[in-house]
Amino acid sequence: MRIGYYPGCSLLGSSREFDESTRAVLTALGVELTEVSDWNCCGASSAHVLNHELSLALPARILALAEQAGITEILAPCAACSNRLLSAQQELAAHPEKIAEIEAAIGMPYKGTAKIVNILEVLGRLKDQIAAKTTKPFAKKVANYYGCLLVRPPRVVNFDRPEDPQSMDLMVKAVGATPVEWPFKTECCGAAFSVTRTDIVAKLSGKLVKDAVKRGADVIVVACPMCHSNLDLRRSEINEYLGEQHGIPAMFITQVIGLALGLDPVALGIQRHMVPVEFKETAAASAQ
Amino acid sequence: MSRIGVFTCHCGENIGATVDCAKVAEMCKHVPGVAHSVDYKYMCSDPGQRMMQEAIKEHNLDGVVVAACSPRMHEPTFRRAVSNAGVNPYMCEMANLREHCSWVHEKNDATTQKAADLIRVLVEKIKHNTPLYPIKVPVTKTAMVVGGGVAGIQVALDIANGGHKVILVEKSPSIGGHMSQLSETFPTLDCSQCILTPRMVEAAQHPNITLMTYSEVEKVDGFIGNFKVTVRKKARKLDEKLCTGCGLCIQKCPNKKISDEFNEGLGTRTAIYVPFPQAVPNRPVIDTLNCTFYKTGKCKVCEKVCPTNAIRFEQEDELVTIDIGAIVLATGFKLMKTEAFPEYGYGKHKDIIDGMQFERLASASGPTAGVMKRPSDGKEPETVVFIACSGSRDRSKGVPYCSKVCCMYTAKHAMLYKHKVHSGKAYVFYMDIRAAGKDYDEFVRRAIEEDDVKYIRGRVSKIYEEDGKLIVKGADTLMGGEPVEIKADMVVLATAVQSNDRSEELAQTLHVSYDTYGFFAEAHPKLRPVETNTGGIFLAGACQAPRDIPESVAQASAAASKVLGLFSQDQLTREPIVAVVNRQAGPTYSYCVGCFLCQTACPYQAIEQEQILARNGEVIKTIARINPGLCQGCGTCVATCRTKAIDLQGFSNEQLYAEIMTL
Repeated sequence: MRIGYYPGCSLLGSSREFDESTRAVLTALGVELTEVSDWNCCGASSAHVLNHELSLALPARILALAEQAGITEILAPCAACSNRLLSAQQELAAHPEKIAEIEAAIGMPYKGTAKIVNILEVLGRLKDQIAAKTTKPFAKKVANYYGCLLVRPPRVVNFDRPEDPQSMDLMVKAVGATPVEWPFKTECCGAAFSVTRTDIVAKLSGKLVKDAVKRGADVIVVACPMCHSNLDLRRSEINEYLGEQHGIPAMFITQVIGLALGLDPVALGIQRHMVPVEFKETAAASAQ
Repeated sequence: MSRIGVFTCHCGENIGATVDCAKVAEMCKHVPGVAHSVDYKYMCSDPGQRMMQEAIKEHNLDGVVVAACSPRMHEPTFRRAVSNAGVNPYMCEMANLREHCSWVHEKNDATTQKAADLIRVLVEKIKHNTPLYPIKVPVTKTAMVVGGGVAGIQVALDIANGGHKVILVEKSPSIGGHMSQLSETFPTLDCSQCILTPRMVEAAQHPNITLMTYSEVEKVDGFIGNFKVTVRKKARKLDEKLCTGCGLCIQKCPNKKISDEFNEGLGTRTAIYVPFPQAVPNRPVIDTLNCTFYKTGKCKVCEKVCPTNAIRFEQEDELVTIDIGAIVLATGFKLMKTEAFPEYGYGKHKDIIDGMQFERLASASGPTAGVMKRPSDGKEPETVVFIACSGSRDRSKGVPYCSKVCCMYTAKHAMLYKHKVHSGKAYVFYMDIRAAGKDYDEFVRRAIEEDDVKYIRGRVSKIYEEDGKLIVKGADTLMGGEPVEIKADMVVLATAVQSNDRSEELAQTLHVSYDTYGFFAEAHPKLRPVETNTGGIFLAGACQAPRDIPESVAQASAAASKVLGLFSQDQLTREPIVAVVNRQAGPTYSYCVGCFLCQTACPYQAIEQEQILARNGEVIKTIARINPGLCQGCGTCVATCRTKAIDLQGFSNEQLYAEIMTL
């Protein structure tokens, strides 16, 4: 399988391990990634609030570049990126009269033909192969955290059930993990307040961490760089807010699969986390 | 040469403001065949009709074009007027100047010209019209009521009291419907069973009513006044005549853990059971899916204990065909299940229940004998949250409509809870309070003001369980969208009222139209609310739209009066707008070549095969024949016929070609 790849800014910066683990896992599964050359910012989270035209033009340029490179399907692992690409593509499809204006702004033709997929969709297609190639089952209790942008708004993303998504739960089951019943799968983590209002992030993400621990999870699994940085990078603020020390790691779904496939943890960027990925010896693990 | 009169109506300003009616009348005078042409302000008024009748006599007219509004509006009016003046009513045609011209165009010469053209077309048609005479059909004066809830029972009683036979068909083992499950009813809080069960008994004992419980309509043939309905009497597995309803079999049945439908899954029943103690008829049925004998071939305890030897394990379903004159559908509704709400735990939590389950919890005949106990652990709930509009008015749940009864029953539920648990806290989340009805708003105010139910205007986004409590997260939109979090012991969802299971299938069996949501469609939303588009089939209760008890009963009596009106005549008159197969002298006899393509095309099974016989009895030709009693005049057979052997009376090919050719 060949697929276009749009990493976006997070995957080059604060979430390098998401980029590394995505590439490592997909390569191990025989997927060839073609990165969109000369890509630009998708516009999240500010463009669509400040300037509507810009919020269309930025994703449109990425999609136009992908079209030029003959890419028919483009993977955007970051949930905000895939959400912005989908929103712009759908708005331009619904309002073709806006295309000329956008084409003038980006200086290249735009057709909107490339299909945009998120990482769970791509992994979902490879689930049987992943299950077959699992050498080190990830025998942990997992709280699957989808966040908001992956499944919402349903009209735009049209992926999984918006209230109680299942795709990540099925995926971790395929590599031997046990998903916990968790009501906070799509609760807000505080998102971009990570930078401006860490107190709000500490409160919102604190609730998530505390409840995941309470329901017996060993690890929180995410598929969004923003979610990850709130649950990982802001852990000291969270612990301070809660007045408790929670060492439960937050991992990307690609890292979980990578470990199960027996890939080198360093190649998956495990060492980059603020909260070290260490597991207590659980009953389930010792039984293995 | 025809002598046709043209009468152009101004319809006040409706036509007159856009079309120059006087000019139209003048133009029409010169159309060949027109003997008289005038215009008038209101042609449908008494002076207008009289003017028309006088003109018919004075000018010896043999055809009339009324250029006015839609024929759906006034065609019967004008045809009656023409008929009173001695002209066959089917020699009167209406040109629709209002909907087809004045309402949709600007005022100018072209609009006036179009009006004249519309009239000219019909003048040409009338030249080819032939007098038609209404069709008379006999009436079987027995009604069938499908559905034995409060609406069905009311229809049956009203028709029976009017002196006609009624067959009341109910699919479950007892009549009573949803109303028999309710604890108390709004806005009076009187006991539902106490007002319903006497009616159930009355229906069962009425000499004119035949109950067919545990039965379903399988097939419907025929037409108004002359239906043939096939009913499947499902096997109760016992002889109803021998059974005395003593209940010994139920006491002794070893299989006691079956989820009880009447208690909405909150209680259990046996495999041989009556749905509830006050059931009518008080005769058990064997649930063959759960009965040990049908699963393993052993048991037969009921047979052994039955003092009258009434058990019949080998009994089969029985098909009964009955002649029926009119059918009333009163098949009711169902509630959306809590499984449909992923945000509220999609039915995982035992203490998140729907409105009907709450009714059973509050009912004296329910699984807790009316004591407020929550389903999970039987504890008395200290805090209960009621969520109105669960699924209703929610496009993402596929229910954009208002379920109408929830505002009232939620107020009732909160009150019942507060009356049973004085120290308890009751919260209601709502979007709007829709309490339009006699004493309805007062009832809701009573819940708020006297029973201290806390009403919060806002939606609940999520419910999850934490430390044995249900955390209800919502917003209070009257407090600026302030987030609200309530730790509840039980949550009651006022889930959406939906059309009953298999209602679409039943509608197709009866050729009745239904809406996107499976509710049966009335013939006219305002003026014909209890009739369907199929003659002789009427509607009552929540099978047409969400309805409360007073409305269902009112509609039931309305449907009954329609049936009684139908039964007051010995013969029915039907419009002669039916298809006919061409017949002529031999050796052709008919253009029909007997391909019977029309028979497969006819949606009403109105086409039969007819043999043309010689004097010696030899079959010369087999051709199609259309039963005028069944034909609805849709014209599908006309379009299908390859030899143009079929014509629709009043809309023959010749008439339509004449209309088109004149343009």
